[in-house]
Amino acid sequence: MHGLINRAIERFVRDTYGRETWLAIVQPLDLGLTEFEAMMIYDEAITRRVLDKAAEVLDRPQTDLLEDIGTYLVSHPNVEALRRLLRFGGMTFEEFLHSLDDLPERARLAVSDLQLPRLELRGHTRASYSLAVRAGPRDIAGFGYVIMGLLRTMADDYGALVFLDHKGARDGTEIIAIELLEAAFADGRDFSLGAGLAG
Amino acid sequence: MDQISATHMMDTLCPMHVVLNATGHIIHAGPTLAKLRPEGDPTGLRFLELVELKRPRTGTTMPELLALAGVKLHLQLRDAPRTGLKGVLVPLPEGAGFGPEGGAVVNMSFGISILDAVRDFDLTNADFAPTDLAMEMLYLVEAKTAAMEASRKLNLRLQGAKVAAEEQAYTDTLTGLKNRRALDHVLARLSETETDFALMNCDLDFFKAVNDTLGHAAGDFVLQTVARIMVEETRGDDAIVRTGGDEFVLIFPRLIDPSRVSEIALRLIRRLEEPIPFNGDMCRISASIGVTLSAQYKNPSLDRIMEDADIALYAAKSAGRGQHKMFDATMGDGAPQKT
Repeated sequence: MHGLINRAIERFVRDTYGRETWLAIVQPLDLGLTEFEAMMIYDEAITRRVLDKAAEVLDRPQTDLLEDIGTYLVSHPNVEALRRLLRFGGMTFEEFLHSLDDLPERARLAVSDLQLPRLELRGHTRASYSLAVRAGPRDIAGFGYVIMGLLRTMADDYGALVFLDHKGARDGTEIIAIELLEAAFADGRDFSLGAGLAG
Repeated sequence: MDQISATHMMDTLCPMHVVLNATGHIIHAGPTLAKLRPEGDPTGLRFLELVELKRPRTGTTMPELLALAGVKLHLQLRDAPRTGLKGVLVPLPEGAGFGPEGGAVVNMSFGISILDAVRDFDLTNADFAPTDLAMEMLYLVEAKTAAMEASRKLNLRLQGAKVAAEEQAYTDTLTGLKNRRALDHVLARLSETETDFALMNCDLDFFKAVNDTLGHAAGDFVLQTVARIMVEETRGDDAIVRTGGDEFVLIFPRLIDPSRVSEIALRLIRRLEEPIPFNGDMCRISASIGVTLSAQYKNPSLDRIMEDADIALYAAKSAGRGQHKMFDATMGDGAPQKT
């Protein structure tokens, strides 16, 4: 598993619940480490164990936790870079939805060994979509919940009003139903193209 | 094709184009160009009042510009911050109804200045044609910058861990002095930089007796005290190495004066002979020291220097404990066997 994913879980727990909670999760697992390196590769089993233990320590269903991680990834100031990169997907939430198919490829352009589940958007009407999240054998199960948290927050970011529903998983494919109720419901967050460039 | 739809088409496909008339004046500018100058829409200016033609170097008349049709133009905005632009000029076809006869269309892009341009002119997705790779380029730069930053941090942490591991590998854990592995390293570096040095081979005397009568705890305490004294009696860039149980090597870079070395050896021995209190007992030791100076040798070889320091040490020991001897050739290599 790519360290970026483990690091994301770690940052979420530490920024949301504090370092003590993180140590309470990771120390009993005896991994020989208490911090993940974003640019290293770890065994998949480690990610699974950390998520299981996190759900146990925080006493929350793992699906909730995964969705919160998705929300965290695009809303917390500590990980602002990811939100910006996603905003490059399009000027409106609709355009953004249509850019999701390219997301794993975009991720690989940035970090060549980062593997993400395949995403396929299907439009039923102009306001009704479904997103298939196809996990490979090495991806974490329930990745669709992360995507759901991420979509919900990105909709806020764009100022769109959406209704999302996780339809469950079959054969490693999760389906998320997306109803776009209003494309310009509120003022979205500011996105200036030049803001992320150093200098 | 009527004029209005042609303009609309060009604005969509090439939002940074200008249409020039036969005198080289701008009669229409794509919507993004209005963002590039404080006064807005450049229509009415001469093209070369908007931009400077950096390359190819040529004249400034319209016929001379038209002669550059199809060539890659290196342009620069005349207004600050003088952003660089790439351009290509196409003469207007006669009777196409697209623009005046003798005129031209010049399409422009930011090229590599894109990063500064989006910031300087506060550009958005809408300022680029949907087929323009500008957005992908901006995405890539940001993504790669973030990834590089993460890698850079990892490198720094790994480097820190490497330094710590090396330090540990070169340190004698009991005394905190350097160990034998470090000695080779120190000597190799002096040899590489051709720095002269003095080398002291120092054996503790009566240390075995302390160990035997007062136990290992006392022995360890004495070794730690010896280490502290050696640190106190030397300079910061001198190297103190514990090479074995009660054996030490001290290296003094740039020390070539024999009398100065003798002084240091004498003072060291005197301080090591001060009784060391441990749990109500007094530990009494001394030290024998053999010295060589790299400056004594025409072609200093590390092996030879170490060997001669050994010979000097045995000479010091056979002269009675608590002595120091400077190596000289008369000592030969008939050194007594070490006891």
